[in-house]
Formats: sequence, C-alpha cells, structure tokens
Amino acid sequence: MSGSEHATPEPPTPEGHGPGEHGSGEHHPFQAHHWDTMRQQFEAGKLGMWLFLATEVLLFGGLFCAYFIYRSNNPELFEYGHNALNKWLGAGNTIVLLVSSLTMALGVRAAQVGETKKLRILLALTFVCGCGFMSIKYIEYSEKIGHGYLLGSKFDYEKVKEHEREAREAEAHTGGHETEVFAAANIPAYVPAEKSAFVDAPRGPSGIAPIAEEVKPGHGAEDGAHGGPGVLPSEGRPRNAHIFFSIYFMMTGLHGIHVLIGMAVIAWLFVTSRDNRFGPSYFAPVEIGGLYWHLVDLIWIYLFPLLYLI
Amino acid sequence: MNAPETGTAAAPIVEAPPTPHHYLNHSKGFLSWALTLDHKRIGVMYLVGILGCFGLGGVFALLVRTELWSPGPTITSDPNMYNMWFTVHGAVMVFLVIIPGVPAALGNFVLPIMLGAKDVAFPKLNLGSFYLWVGGAIFFILTLLMGGVDSGWTFYTPYSAVTKTAVIPAVTGVFLLGFSSIFTGLNFIVTIHKLRPSGMTWFKMPLFLWSSYATAVIQVLATPVIGITLLLLIMERTLHVGIFTPAYGGDPVLFQHFFWFYSHPAVYIMILPAMGIVSELISVHSHKRPFGYKFIAFSSVAIAMFGFLVWGHHMFTSTQSPAMNAIFSAITFSVSIPSAIKVFNWLATMWGGSIRLTVPMLYGVSFIFLFSIGGLTGLHLGTLSTDIHFHDTYFVVAHFHYVMMGSALIGMFGGLHHWWPKLTGRMFDHTQGVIAWAFIFVGFNVTFFTQFILGSQGMPRRYYDYLPRFEIYHKISTIGSYLMAAGFLVMAYYLLHSIFAGKQAPSNPWGANSLEWHCTSPPPHDNFKSPPPIDDCYDYGGVDYDPRTGQYSSRADQPAASS
Repeated sequence: MSGSEHATPEPPTPEGHGPGEHGSGEHHPFQAHHWDTMRQQFEAGKLGMWLFLATEVLLFGGLFCAYFIYRSNNPELFEYGHNALNKWLGAGNTIVLLVSSLTMALGVRAAQVGETKKLRILLALTFVCGCGFMSIKYIEYSEKIGHGYLLGSKFDYEKVKEHEREAREAEAHTGGHETEVFAAANIPAYVPAEKSAFVDAPRGPSGIAPIAEEVKPGHGAEDGAHGGPGVLPSEGRPRNAHIFFSIYFMMTGLHGIHVLIGMAVIAWLFVTSRDNRFGPSYFAPVEIGGLYWHLVDLIWIYLFPLLYLI
Repeated sequence: MNAPETGTAAAPIVEAPPTPHHYLNHSKGFLSWALTLDHKRIGVMYLVGILGCFGLGGVFALLVRTELWSPGPTITSDPNMYNMWFTVHGAVMVFLVIIPGVPAALGNFVLPIMLGAKDVAFPKLNLGSFYLWVGGAIFFILTLLMGGVDSGWTFYTPYSAVTKTAVIPAVTGVFLLGFSSIFTGLNFIVTIHKLRPSGMTWFKMPLFLWSSYATAVIQVLATPVIGITLLLLIMERTLHVGIFTPAYGGDPVLFQHFFWFYSHPAVYIMILPAMGIVSELISVHSHKRPFGYKFIAFSSVAIAMFGFLVWGHHMFTSTQSPAMNAIFSAITFSVSIPSAIKVFNWLATMWGGSIRLTVPMLYGVSFIFLFSIGGLTGLHLGTLSTDIHFHDTYFVVAHFHYVMMGSALIGMFGGLHHWWPKLTGRMFDHTQGVIAWAFIFVGFNVTFFTQFILGSQGMPRRYYDYLPRFEIYHKISTIGSYLMAAGFLVMAYYLLHSIFAGKQAPSNPWGANSLEWHCTSPPPHDNFKSPPPIDDCYDYGGVDYDPRTGQYSSRADQPAASS
C-alpha cells in the first residue's frame, strides 16, 4: 500500500509515542513526546495523582459515611463492637505505617538528590513496614474469624457467645484488667424494643414506621442456620451486632487492599531504581508513588481511632 | 481504505492532495488500533462501541414500547421479561452510552486538538480507561447471557439484594464503567490544566472545553461514590452485611442517598458535554460569536457545582424530612438559573447570525427546544406539592427522556455530525441527514410528549399492564418510537455509506475557526507539527466562503497550505 514510505521506520506500536521523536537530542529519555519540558510532565503527573487521591478519599468516603450514619443511629453497636477489637494490635499497625511514611518521604528526598543506594534501602524498609502491617492484620483477622466475629450473615453467634462466656469467666478469675477483648459488661442493659435495628428514618412524613418492626431475628433466609442477627440483651450484645463487624471488615479490608497495591508500587519502584534512573531531573515516579503511600497511611490514621478507640 | 488508493493512482484527482498522511493510515493492523495511544483512535474505538451499545439499548426500548402497545400480554406473557427489558434498556443507555458518549468518544477525539495539544496528558491511562469500558460492556453482555437483570437501572435495595436475576455482573459492569469514566475525567482535567499551549488562555478556550472541564470535575468527584455503593451492594447480596437491606438490619434509603449522590451529578455528566457541543454548533453554524461567552462558560461550572447539592430531590417521597425536602427543592430550582443562562445565550447567539440549517445545526436547534421542555418539566418535579402526584409516573419518564435523550443524545448526534468530516474525512449526505433528523425529532416528540399526558393522568412508570383508558396514549407513544427507530436506521445508513462513498471532506466544511478545523480532515497523527498559533476561535471574520466549491477556507491557513 501507499503507506510504505512512512510505515517502515516506525513499528505500529504504542511505543511510537514513547521516547521517539526526540530529534533535537535534548529530550530526557523519559519525556513523552507530547510534553514540552520534563517539568511540565512532572507537574501533570503530580496533578493527576492528587486528583486520583481525591477519588480514593471519596471512595472511602462512602464507607466513612456509612460508619457515621450507623454510629449516630445505633451507637450501642459501636460501643459493643470496638471492645472486641484489640487496640494494641491496632496501635502497632499505626506505628508501623507512620514509620513507613517516614521512610517513604526520606526515599523521595533520596531520589531527588540522586542517592540511588539510599533510595533503594528506604524503599525496601517501606516495603518491609507494609509487610509488617499486613502480618499484624493477618493476626487480627485470624483472631476475629476464629471467634466468629465476621461480617454480615457470616457472624457466628454461637461461637461469639462461647467466646464471650470464656472471656467473662477469665475476667472473673483474673480481676479483669487483662481482658481488653471483652469489656462489654460495662454496657448498660440493652432493651431492643426501645430502638429498632432499623434507623430512625421512618419519622419522615409518609410514616412507614412499621417496616422496622418487621425486622425479625433470622428473617434473612441464609441466616437461619445460626440464629441470624439475634437479640441477646441479657449478654450485653446489641441487636444486629454483625453490622459493626461488616463495617469494620469492609473498611479495614478495602484499606488492606490499598496497602497491598501500595506495596506493589513500592516493589516496582525498587526494581526500576536499579539502573540509577532517578535523580534530580527525573524522580516523578518515586514522588507520585510516595503520595499514594501517604494516602494509605492517612486513611489508617482515621480508621484506627474511629474503629478501635471511640 | 480509499485514501491510500487514490494516492497510489498517480494522483489524477486535482483537489485530493497526494497520499494525505493522517491518523487513520498512520499505521496498520489490528494491534496498531488495539494498543494505540493516539487519542483520536481511542476516541474512534469508543465511538464504535458506544454506537453499537446504542443500537442494543434501542432494541430493548423498542421491545418495551411494543409490549405496551396494548394492555395485558402483547409480545411476552411474562411480566418479569418486561422488567428485564426496561432494566437493560436503562442500564445500557445510561452507563454504556450516554455517560461515556460525549466525553470519551467525541471529547477524546476533539479535546486535545481544540486545545492545541498533541495528545491527552496520560495516553496510556486513556487506553486503559477504554479497556475498562470494554470490560464493563463484557459484564453487561454476561448479564444478558445469565438471563438479564430486573431491578431497574437504579438497582434499588432491598429488591436488588434479593432478586434472583444477574445483579452482580451488571453491578460489576457499572463499577468498571465508573472507573473508566473517572480516568477519562482525570485525564481531561490534567490535559486542560497542563497541556494548554502558550497563548491558549482559559478565556480563549472553545466553550466545549469549558463544559468538558466542568464534566470532568463531576466525573472525578462523584463517580467514586457509586463505586463504593455498588461494592457495598455486592457485599450485601453475597454476605448480607446489613447496610442497605432491612432484613439484615440495613437501611434502603441510605442506598438511595448513596446512589443519587453520584447519579444526580451523573445527569450533569451526561448533559454538560452536550451543552458544550451545542454552544459550538450554534456559534459555528450561525457564523456569529457566542453571546455571553463568559456566562456560558461559568454557567457550566455553576451547573457542576449545583449538581452535587440536589440529589435529595429523588427522595421526596422516601421518608426524607420535610425540612430536607424544602432545602433540596430550593437548590433544585436554582439549577434552572445557569441552565436558563445557557438557553438565552444560545438564542441571543443565533439572533442576527447568518444561520445555515446544516444537519448539525438542526440537532443544535432541536437541543434548545427539547432541553427547554425537559428543563421546565423538571420544575414540576422539583416542586414538592406536584412531585407527590408526578412521582413514579410517566411524567418522570417523559421528563428524563427529554433531558437524557432529547438533550444529551441529540447534542451528541449533533456533535457527531459536526465532527464527522473531521473524524472520517468524508462528508455525509445532507438530504438524507435532514430526513433522518426529521424522523427522529418528530418521533421523539410523539413518543415522549404523549407520556407527559399519560403521566399527568396517573399512569405509573415501569408497569407491564395498564388500564384501557391509557391505551390510546401508549399506542401513539409506540408509533413515535418506531418513527425514531426509522430515523436512526437512515442515519446509520448514510453515515456508513459516507465512509465508503462519501465526498472527501475539506478541512473546514462548516466555516468554523477553532483549532481542529485548522488541521486536515482527518487530522494528522501528531495533530500539529509545531504549537499552533492561538487566535480567537470564534472570530469568523477570517473565514471565507467560496461559492464555487461550497467550501470554507481560513485566511490564516493560506500561507501554510502553500508552503
């Protein structure tokens, strides 16, 4: 075809866009052809990452919103649930992530001044902190799952009952100062009839209040096997206790996925930094990857007090 | 296909320049498209996919209308089948067609060229967002293969959490499409901020870029919320987490709030880019500078801002408190201010202009007419006292079809005709274009204006069966939908025909002056050899009409063409 005169020199691949067309010879090897300067490219990348971080905040925002709505409508769920979480493990995770943010920030600095060796050490440290975080998360999750504290219809009321009885007995024996796991006895007696599991929404003009009354224990078909979201006021456990763990697992789970993605980014930076490519003229990937890692850290800084402490 | 051959044949035709090199013949082969990073090719791939999905959604619309031809069973005796048809129609049209329609297809193609840039800021992300769209489309097809979904396109809980139909694949598809939309928006924001060549100041940008920018802001800031909402819905279905379903302790109204926090701004994702197109169409085809450029530009931003604050008007009858209802109602009314600014500015642009009723202009004028009806009937629904009556009736159906189809899609088809010569390098047939437009415009009004009457008389939406007294209106509406379908078939015919047998398009067939018309048709691979000189894109003084060829040429391009 007629394309012969211009088809041969360039393979029909996306790389036609890449380092090609730097005839003037002064282009940086990592400068894409549609940018005039490296600085312009860097600033665009950074703006893009900030926008992406905004979308991440909004993605988590949905869950935070669910948290606040359920917390304000059913505070007893959170009063009960947060006592079942191990705040020392949570605090350990917070420290690990804060340290990793420090090493990441120092790593960005190392990339900017071109100290590749230091950069690689700091990236490795950040990665190790990520592993530490996920390990602690693994221990925490295993403990919760082992005791039946699971999300939604997987919440195992029999196991939880068993665990709470043991915890109460242990408390009676030891005087109770070690058993952070279960301190629900402090909760004032919960009377389910006073407050529906449903939120207070039916106060609205059209008045469909009776819906709330229809929520019966084990109403969901799949819940029948283990009693469903039962009401056990005598043991100090509020109705629909599973909702706290739904929110807990979804928030920390989504955050955990983000930690894993961040670790993958750091691993990729570690591998690509082998060839000394990062230096004063080109450090955008490290800085932008660092921004993402800081966001992961920041979200945890909110998750920790909201779920474990208050 | 034709362009290279005319080149090899010793160039006997005088007006065809020898082997014009453009983005379509830049490289060949499947991979040169599948892995392309060229925003123009990505735009074309989006366009093909979106128009295909438009056909699919259209078929389901016709099934719905045909079923409603008479009361009781007409073409199916299974009401659930009918539920699936309108759900698939709505979901396909909203998520696969209208939301990506203008930004991802036409926007991808023209935005960088209009701006004077070589590409979007992140070409790889752009390709990635196209494949996310493809992934979303595959999940929709999977949904169909698994027997469809019957929850309505809004996926309201608790029904969507318990229905046995394929909710999860459909919701996963929407999730992927959401991220496709986010990445497109992100790309456009960064492109407009960072890739404007020197001289292209904010207030020299064509109005389409302003509306694309406002759209992109909504895409980035609203779409993540639907993402998490749909993830929660999947969790609710699989693990019964108890967020949205009363049976598990959840709150279905919370789903509505989450859903509409995205989906109302999404209405502006759909309409704003179409408004941007119309701003271009009206100005170019009236050969007159837009009246009140800054007002049109800022009204786009204002609509984007207001768009975030009105979602509660979808819950007037869903146990929302009267105080909240009043607040949302008031903010909803205030959206009509920037909308009206646009409409009056367009009319003032046309006034005293030298209007040519080209096919794109016909769509542009139709937009103003249909959007006015769609917008004004929105006030009936934003008013609390009348909404109680109109809620969940065909009045709502008619209202949002006037906005979604009569405005967003009509604007998109206007843009498609406007930029078709630029996209393909071919002219479509004017007469056939007018015939198709007439069928669509008349058919649309017959279909949906009837539904305003139907709704005001109490016909509820989404019903499979109805009382005999509604039959005449349903029959008229169905006939209208067939007229529209005929119009779209004619359009498909002449557009496809033009690709293979259309006249070569000149670089500036409409006498416009924004940067894309200074490129050849189709544009070259790199858009611009060197940064283009930025002048006033709405100054038509330098564009000359040549009555012999019936074409326009820009005086600024003359020296460039001769060199």
